[in-house]
Amino acid sequence: MKRIHIQTKINGEDIDFLCEARQSLLEVLREELGFTGTKEGCNDGNCGACTVTLDGVLVDSCLVLAVETEGKSIGTIEGLASPDSLHPLQQKFLEHAALQCGICTPGFLVAAKALLDCNPDPSEHEVRHWLAGNLCRCTGYDKIVRAVMDAATVVRQSA
Amino acid sequence: MKDFEYTTPKTLDEAIGLLSESGKRGRVMAGGTDLLVQLRGGRFALDRVIDGKAIAELNELSYSAETGLRIGAAVPCYRIYGDEAITEAYPGLIDAAAIIGGIQIQGRATLGGNVCNSSPSGDTIPALIVLEAVCEIAGPNGRREVAVEDFCTAPGSNVLEDGEILIGFHMPAPKARSGAHYQRFIPRYEMDIAVVGVGAALQLSEDGEHFESARIALAAVAPTPLYLAEAGSLLAGRPVSDESIEEAAKAAQAMARPITDMRGTKEFRIHLTGVLTRRVLSGAVDRARGKFVPNAVQEAAG
Repeated sequence: MKRIHIQTKINGEDIDFLCEARQSLLEVLREELGFTGTKEGCNDGNCGACTVTLDGVLVDSCLVLAVETEGKSIGTIEGLASPDSLHPLQQKFLEHAALQCGICTPGFLVAAKALLDCNPDPSEHEVRHWLAGNLCRCTGYDKIVRAVMDAATVVRQSA
Repeated sequence: MKDFEYTTPKTLDEAIGLLSESGKRGRVMAGGTDLLVQLRGGRFALDRVIDGKAIAELNELSYSAETGLRIGAAVPCYRIYGDEAITEAYPGLIDAAAIIGGIQIQGRATLGGNVCNSSPSGDTIPALIVLEAVCEIAGPNGRREVAVEDFCTAPGSNVLEDGEILIGFHMPAPKARSGAHYQRFIPRYEMDIAVVGVGAALQLSEDGEHFESARIALAAVAPTPLYLAEAGSLLAGRPVSDESIEEAAKAAQAMARPITDMRGTKEFRIHLTGVLTRRVLSGAVDRARGKFVPNAVQEAAG
């Protein structure tokens, strides 16, 4: 059917694309634009693997139509690291072995980054509550929670 | 999922026109967290999706201690619990808005969508009912209002006629010495559908020792969310005591008519109705007396 022209900002860069109305933001990010860091898990809003920010708000990109992003800013996992170093969250995920298969990891990182942006000193309970919409079938979550708490310390120190 | 036309009307009249002309093949979308899942799952096919988020009235969120609260149908949950004045004034509503899905879902999901989806287990519906929320509806024949307790008619069905759109809700300002609370049972901490949900709102007498009035509503124990007028009104004039609360809980259990399904048996749901009714009434009494009872976000923050 008809392809619609959409203008957005992705990780701060102006990007426009053509999409069908039925296409999710997840599908367009991965299959049209090559932002394959965002993962598809359940494709129905349960697992959080496709988490991105939309105008700063965390969303499951599988439950956003790409056409809805006209004029909006999207943040994906590709925007997390700086050109010369990993983000503290990424570094701490490595150090704490907070991943095995890695499919859930980009979603956890994007969600955890949003948490630290609004609350740089979260309690363990707050971390677990915030990350409830992200599922991991490998780690049992404890390592992820420890990595986020540890990364929060680094972020606070560098603030 | 087949392709459809995506429209972003800026006015209600434009939206009503688009919806009327597409009949059953058109739907209004707010957060899309139910609609897109159902569309992808093949529950229905659409020729047109009408995005309501560009319509100003659907995005309004306003509160005043004199006139109460107005929530546009397209306002996502995070905006509601992110508003300090609203969180302070309507803790019983925030109890429900803060437990819909996880943080990503709350960034999109709306109370308007929760009510229009008309699931028997919709968490915000009992919370809205006990707070005397009223649905504002606009359609080809003008505007009308329907109390939230009269909105849902069957699982997935409601009173909206062809071409009609839910604009939002309004509810009165909280009365003096009033409190409300919503709780649900799920077998995990987050991200699940209520096995049973119970909301209560009440006002205490001036001495704080008697119920002036009370409203109780249930989720997931009938084909629609249930408003239990009798269970609430039997508390009027009664002393605030375990006995009074127990009597209301028994009345709520008698009015629940659940089914057995994958989430719980009929017997378990009736048991839960009693437990949760006692808990939400006690929590609402505490709040009416000025005691802090945390919602899910506040509880996580310790």
